[in-house]
Amino acid sequence: MLAQFLQFLYSGMTVGSAYALAALGFTIIYNTSGVINFAQGEFIMLGGMFAALLAGGGMPLPLAIAIAVVATGLVGLVMEKAVIEPAQNAHVVTLIIITIGASLTLRGLVQIFLGKATHSLPPFSGDKPIEFLGASLLPQSLWVLGVTLAVVGALAWFFGRTLLGKAMLATSHNKLAAQLVGINTRVVLLLSFGLSALLGALGGILVAPITYTSYDAGIMLGLKGFVAAVLGGLGGGVGAVAGGLILGIIEAMTAGYISSSYKDAVPFVVILVILFFMPRGLFGAKISERV
Amino acid sequence: MLSNIFKKTIIFASIALAAATASAAEPIKIGSVLSVSGPAAFLGDPELKTLQLYVEKINAAGGVLGRKLELVHYDDGSDAGKANSFTKRLIESDKVNILIGGTTTGATMAMAPLVERASLPFISLAGAVVIIDPVKKWVFKTPHTDRMAAEKVFEDMKKRGITKVGLLSETSGFGASGRKETQHVAGKYGITLVADETYGPKDTDITAQLTRIKNTPGVQAVFVFGLGQGPAVVTKNYGQLGMTSVPLYQSHGVASDEYLKLSGKAAEGVRLPTPALLIANALPANDVQKAVVTGYDKTYRERYKAEPSTFGGYALDALNLSVDAIKRAGSTDGEKVRAALEGTKGFVGTTGVFNMSPTNHMGLDLSAFRMVEVKNGDWQLLK
Amino acid sequence: MKMMQSRHAGLLVLAVVLALLPLVLPNSFYVDVAIKIALNAIVVIGLNLLMGYTGQISLGHAGFVGMGAYGSAALTTHFNWPPMLALLAGAAATGLLAFALARPILKLKGHTLAMATLGLGIIISIVINNEAQWTGGPDGMSVPSFTLFGLTIAGEMAWYAVAAVLLLITTWLALNLIDSPVGRALQAIHGSEVAARVSGVDTTRFKVRVFVLSAVMASIAGSVNAHYVGFLTPGIAGFFPSIELVTMVVVGGMASVFGSIVGAALLTVLPQLLQTFEGWEVVVFGMILMATMIFLPKGLVPSIAQRLRARAVKGA
Repeated sequence: MLAQFLQFLYSGMTVGSAYALAALGFTIIYNTSGVINFAQGEFIMLGGMFAALLAGGGMPLPLAIAIAVVATGLVGLVMEKAVIEPAQNAHVVTLIIITIGASLTLRGLVQIFLGKATHSLPPFSGDKPIEFLGASLLPQSLWVLGVTLAVVGALAWFFGRTLLGKAMLATSHNKLAAQLVGINTRVVLLLSFGLSALLGALGGILVAPITYTSYDAGIMLGLKGFVAAVLGGLGGGVGAVAGGLILGIIEAMTAGYISSSYKDAVPFVVILVILFFMPRGLFGAKISERV
Repeated sequence: MLSNIFKKTIIFASIALAAATASAAEPIKIGSVLSVSGPAAFLGDPELKTLQLYVEKINAAGGVLGRKLELVHYDDGSDAGKANSFTKRLIESDKVNILIGGTTTGATMAMAPLVERASLPFISLAGAVVIIDPVKKWVFKTPHTDRMAAEKVFEDMKKRGITKVGLLSETSGFGASGRKETQHVAGKYGITLVADETYGPKDTDITAQLTRIKNTPGVQAVFVFGLGQGPAVVTKNYGQLGMTSVPLYQSHGVASDEYLKLSGKAAEGVRLPTPALLIANALPANDVQKAVVTGYDKTYRERYKAEPSTFGGYALDALNLSVDAIKRAGSTDGEKVRAALEGTKGFVGTTGVFNMSPTNHMGLDLSAFRMVEVKNGDWQLLK
Repeated sequence: MKMMQSRHAGLLVLAVVLALLPLVLPNSFYVDVAIKIALNAIVVIGLNLLMGYTGQISLGHAGFVGMGAYGSAALTTHFNWPPMLALLAGAAATGLLAFALARPILKLKGHTLAMATLGLGIIISIVINNEAQWTGGPDGMSVPSFTLFGLTIAGEMAWYAVAAVLLLITTWLALNLIDSPVGRALQAIHGSEVAARVSGVDTTRFKVRVFVLSAVMASIAGSVNAHYVGFLTPGIAGFFPSIELVTMVVVGGMASVFGSIVGAALLTVLPQLLQTFEGWEVVVFGMILMATMIFLPKGLVPSIAQRLRARAVKGA
């Protein structure tokens, strides 16, 4: 009984940490610009795809990973400069459509130039499952979870202690005020896209050994990442991780105990119920609206 | 003066041009609607590549009945509604002579009423039994049905004395239809389905469902019905959960080297039914399909530097069947071609040997599937 | 007076265009595209009332389309209901669901609302996908033809007439709604919800009504489309069609009824035109989306109207 429960739990934590990393990316961009970046899933996909193709072509894994992450970060920067900045003061929905257009373009380009096949990455420390309390866990899952927590810690340090991080935080709280104290909000916005792309790519690389990657891997991960981010309140790292893990665990528990064919629907129902009682999400800040 | 000469020249030129176009042979138009993008791109992409490659080859060898083939194709993006629209376009605007396509069953069923209305022969590339049962006058298909896959697997299980099976199917059309057919024929082979779980095509972790199957009392084998990366994830999870002592069977949806690459060591011992194409080189020299499949394998690899897929094979068979029927009919007249298709006998394709009839618009039997097992990371033909 | 004139003028132009269109279309494939545009436009007009006028974003509207479509299909196939009754029943059921969920959902704001509607749409499409005995599952189901008082609607021209008439009625209703006291309340809500409330507008009641209305419109369009095409797959209720609908609203122009029609037309025709870009359709589509939103952020019709007005002012 316990072993079965734990197995479901591990499964939930594995996918949950992937969602958490995706959610982090959404949260960062939302915080600095109010935009829901529907291309976040594509950043995740690009990281995995670049790394898989480079490593598959013979490059040593650490180098492939490094290049993939940097390359995706660059894509994020280019995207911000090319399509977000020109549309700066547009309605939020307009910006969302732009990110949708960007996600389609990125996916289409990958489809053409990198092919439609599914790719895999070798797991970082082997794939011999670890038996823990009667259920098995892949070492790669520990990597995903561990790195996610490390990233959250690093982000907390970045936003709390470094000047640049504080500038980004300031922009997210009140863009006008930040500009008034001399913060270059355009650069902040640019960097937030780059950072989210980097994190997305890292996430994609971490989970590729478990989940494989392909040109359309970003769709589901992006969607679930968005859901996890909203659940967490689109506030900060803690919310994103909590949202991701909760979503993943509910999914696994539904598949395990209720019905595998509704395992994607039940989490939504649960989340809708949570949002009805906590409209700001689990860790969302209480904002007072100015009239 | 000049304008007079000018006028005469124009008239002359027009007549000459008209004469020239009248005598030039009109190409035979083959219309196709395939899912080259979207969730079914994995199937549609090799289908399109195969059609393009072989239409080129056939034209280079002189065409059919002295006419060139022209492929008019549209990508339905894995959306049955768009498949319906594009079929209308092919029939009304492009005025094609024959249709090949419908990568998914949904697309095929959305296209079928239109070809019936327009009286055009249509060869589908989708798997479900419902496409040809009940028989529709103008609709044919080349892939094996999902029912056949289930039967081939159960045949093997029965031989080994397996009676209690856990079923894990994908929520896609392929998986859902496969599940229905599996449930339908299980009894015939004395098999009870003791577990019945599903997973989504893009799921990244299927250990929860597998754990449930693992803990079902008495389960002697697991049958997975899915395509693409899902079954590979299942196989990996299977290994992770230490279930490899329970035989794992897959469907023909993963009859590809890509499956082996993705699943790695965990695929060892997996059994599945496959068209001969997958094991082209391992076939004995006197095998009736040997020449056709090795030819396709070589040609496809040469051009695209990639493994040919069994789905591409369905498209090739559809094209060759069409060409063969047109040749036998001696024209592209819809009814004549349709009748010729129904009269196809002993046609060796990559999928199998086709014997069509007015009541059988698919023409394959269980011998078109070969059971294989994964041994040392490669496919081995089971006797 | 002027506003009424322009409202009637627009409607008249639309009626003339719809009447003359079949005469210039070369074959029934083009008529098919026109029908699809009209049916999409009906859904988009409804969604635009919700998004453009009450500022509520819905990422799950295709779910309502799916409910109408499958409601019609299942009731006529499995229970032999007359198609018209099935259509009305589907619309009623959709309306009821929308009504039941409206209050809790519309309390949410911004991205939370987006996610809630997204979740709703996905749940609907998952249910349709799974309940195969009623819906045929992922491989879809056939839909019987539409018969009313013994007459069957068959052939592209007949369906075109139906779709065109429905579109005209919908446009007329929407325009009337916007110019009525209800419409003014809606515009007030869009301008500033708090100000509207302070002025005594019961914002919640209006938002609920518009939500239900847009859901019912989507359902009816879905039912009609189901009978027209004759075959359904769960994909029509999923995430992508929902996003397509939102895109039609925004590209055509938020808070613009004619913008909705233009948006629907453009985005229905575009995939057909893009087929020439073999392999590049998705990329080109994405780039067109981005370009349109960057250069015409208000959407096509409002931006063009703005330019025309500016020119008129300059000339005067």
